[in-house]
Amino acid sequence: MSVMKRVSLIFRAKADKALDRMEDPRETLDYSYKQQVEMLTRVRRGVADVATSRKRVELQMNSLQKEINKRDAQARDALGKGREDLARAALQNKAQLVSQYSDLETQFASLQEQEEKLTLASQRLDAKVQTFRTRKETLKATYTAAEAQTRINEAFSGISEEMGDVGLAIQRAEDKTAQMQARAGAIDELLASGALEDHVGGNQDYIQAELDKLGAGTDVDNELARMKNEIAASAPKEIEGNGAAANGQEAAAAEQQAGDGV
Amino acid sequence: MRILGEGQFRVDDDTAAKLTALDKDLDAAVAKHEETAFGTALRSAVTLVKTTGTPLEADEIATADFILPFSDATVDEVNKLLADGTIPGDSIGLP
Repeated sequence: MSVMKRVSLIFRAKADKALDRMEDPRETLDYSYKQQVEMLTRVRRGVADVATSRKRVELQMNSLQKEINKRDAQARDALGKGREDLARAALQNKAQLVSQYSDLETQFASLQEQEEKLTLASQRLDAKVQTFRTRKETLKATYTAAEAQTRINEAFSGISEEMGDVGLAIQRAEDKTAQMQARAGAIDELLASGALEDHVGGNQDYIQAELDKLGAGTDVDNELARMKNEIAASAPKEIEGNGAAANGQEAAAAEQQAGDGV
Repeated sequence: MRILGEGQFRVDDDTAAKLTALDKDLDAAVAKHEETAFGTALRSAVTLVKTTGTPLEADEIATADFILPFSDATVDEVNKLLADGTIPGDSIGLP
């Protein structure tokens, strides 16, 4: 038999079972209404939970993005200092982070979609519960008529289907957020411990430490150069002075040579 | 017509005929446990209902003649649902 028909019959059977169990249909109405109000609370909480998960994923995405930018800057820095090996390590690490990021991006989109669907479902249920509440009072007042019985069944089956649907949707959302929270927790730990950065080529600070060393080396070289320049800048007078004296001596010597030669 | 998680829609005869064909695909995929074929037929059916159907007013209370599973449902999930093991009793007003 058709899948779509079978699913609808499952819902119908559930509602019929509940109706059969109630001796007084008016009881069904009140009992069901109470369940509806509880379901509304559950679905609203469900929406809030999904939103919390989505925000958490968003924060992780921001952290990962910072790490990615850092790797990128390190790679440029390393290349600038002629260390292609370090640049390569940084880029390999970056590629891993980018893949984690795109995984989170997928999760984020899925949570966002779920949040939207649940929000709409909660709005639909809310509107139906309001309708049910008014209809319930009318039905209770006219309950003796055979028609009222049929209408109670209709209203109950209709609202039961809606609630069954929402109930399933919340269950799925709870399962999904639990799964994602476990994964998000793992990423949080990795980010906090720095282990995520350790995946490739030792640890992140292997790259950073090397760069820092290079940086420090460069600083020393720069300082040496600056000092040489300073010395060079203050020395010229003496050198010139000596030079003048030397030139004078040379000139004198030349004169002497010239004199001697004659 | 209901799509689980997305509410109820009214569909015309033309759409209903197309849905019947897709429903056969769904049924065959569930029977053979073919996840890909199932997903393809399910997504086509969901898209068809959402694009050609008219959503019911939010405050309208009615039962659907046909119910499509959640748009991202798996064969296992549908089997579980059909085995009557998934819908929480209290969520449909069972005492």
